[in-house]
Amino acid sequence: MSRNGPIALAYHALFVTFMLAPILVVCFVAFTPEGYLSFPTDRWSLRWFYAIAQYPEFISAFWRSLWLGAISSAIAVGISVPAALAIARYRFRGREALTALFMSPLMIPHLVLGIAFLRFFTQIGLGGTFAGLVLSHIVVVLPFALRLTLASAVGLDRSIEHAAVSLGASESVVLRRITLPLVLPGLVSGWALAFINSFDEVTMTVFIAAPGTETLPVRMFLYIQDNIDPLVTSVSACVIAITVLALLVLDRAFGLERLLIGRSAGHGR
Amino acid sequence: MRAAPYLLCVPALVLFAGVVIVPLVMTVLLSFHDWGQYKGIEPVFILKNWQEVLGDSYFHEMFARTFRIAFFVTLLAAVFGAPEAYILNRMRSPWRGIFLLVILGPLLISVVARTLGWALLFGGNSGIVNKALMGMGLISAPLPFMFTETGVVIALAHVLMPYMVLAVWASLQRLDPQVENAAVALGAGPFTVLRRIVLPQVMPGILSGAVIVFALAASAFATPSIIGGRRLKVASTLAYDEFLNTLNWPLGAAVAVLLLLALVAIVWGVNRLVERRYAQVFA
Repeated sequence: MSRNGPIALAYHALFVTFMLAPILVVCFVAFTPEGYLSFPTDRWSLRWFYAIAQYPEFISAFWRSLWLGAISSAIAVGISVPAALAIARYRFRGREALTALFMSPLMIPHLVLGIAFLRFFTQIGLGGTFAGLVLSHIVVVLPFALRLTLASAVGLDRSIEHAAVSLGASESVVLRRITLPLVLPGLVSGWALAFINSFDEVTMTVFIAAPGTETLPVRMFLYIQDNIDPLVTSVSACVIAITVLALLVLDRAFGLERLLIGRSAGHGR
Repeated sequence: MRAAPYLLCVPALVLFAGVVIVPLVMTVLLSFHDWGQYKGIEPVFILKNWQEVLGDSYFHEMFARTFRIAFFVTLLAAVFGAPEAYILNRMRSPWRGIFLLVILGPLLISVVARTLGWALLFGGNSGIVNKALMGMGLISAPLPFMFTETGVVIALAHVLMPYMVLAVWASLQRLDPQVENAAVALGAGPFTVLRRIVLPQVMPGILSGAVIVFALAASAFATPSIIGGRRLKVASTLAYDEFLNTLNWPLGAAVAVLLLLALVAIVWGVNRLVERRYAQVFA
């Protein structure tokens, strides 16, 4: 394969600068010693990171986002496993339609979902509650969980299960000792991708979160709408740091390409 | 065991029937309800909201702006993202893996944090982008980016760029390098190879990336809201205002349902076009 020429590499450098510039700017400004937005030149300071401690709404929103992501992703994976096994192993009437239905939250704009959930939860008395947030997040992260569990269920070598059956294992033993351990990596990566998507979700959540049930991205968004000051840059810098850390772990564990290529395919369909 | 697959799908099906289909149907119905400042939402069947959304020039302008922004975002993403995917694909390990991580990674970083970065870069007349452009002598006076369509387009193109790179990257993986080598061996220059060999084969990838980027750009909320401010309204920020400030839910629902219908029509139309045009590629 031929190599990239100097023009291609210069273009590449510009492109990477474009992609990284806004992210790096946020991290730089977070270290300003001043009381206003500015680049730290000669002095760096952590004052705006300490200042986060004085705003308990950011701290509580962070913990809420963490729990929301963990719980809704776990439930989404739990619902995905049987559905993935059905779709991967059986040819049944309505199989395609069901798959399309379960993948549909990728195609419906989150704005529309947010409005639909706001109306629905208000009618059934779940408006502004944590339970409502969990239900809505299960729906939007389910396609990610399903995609990765489905990939591992399809890739499963069924002769191993047949061997277990021929050696006298019962159906439940096969499921517990053979099938589930084999799809486990898919479950874990599905959970991780679902968690990240729940943790970042803002467009839908901004409609259904009430004061007291705001997630971290919603809290940040509402704060920015009022004013942009160094405090919100230090909060963003923390979020970026956590995401980058999670990204590196995920890349090591599963390979980011696999996670994301699987993710993109559904959007186009 | 003919019922087995259906039984396995029951939990997901119950969830989707109850928490996706019912709310969506309720939203469509909501768009036909009446609303008044003092009486609130009245569950009657009227066409008032739809007449207003389809007939009022304010809404025409707002939808035109929404799709204009989405169009330019898609154009920017295709023009700049596709070459980058090609360059990435020609890199050797470990650089390929590292830069793939650098370019796709931002997809997982909070949209709010990434948009905040653009707000800082644009930042009024003294923003870094303007300083850099003036320093290079490209412009003489600062350009307005905050609260303008230009600013929203640039920030959204950054937010959605990874989807385009990803789609083109995926289609490049299916490309056989021997075809390129054959063209070179037969005397084609590098430009001819790109135009006649590579581009036709990655075109389906670019188009599927364009569909994703367009749909996400037209319904994006956080970025147009932060960069565009309160005056530069797009469909999503207008719907948000109707729901959480004016409290005219039926009108907001009509805007959202219309956006959804328009997007479904556009995505379906493009997919039809792609399938017909590239039937031989997919076959």
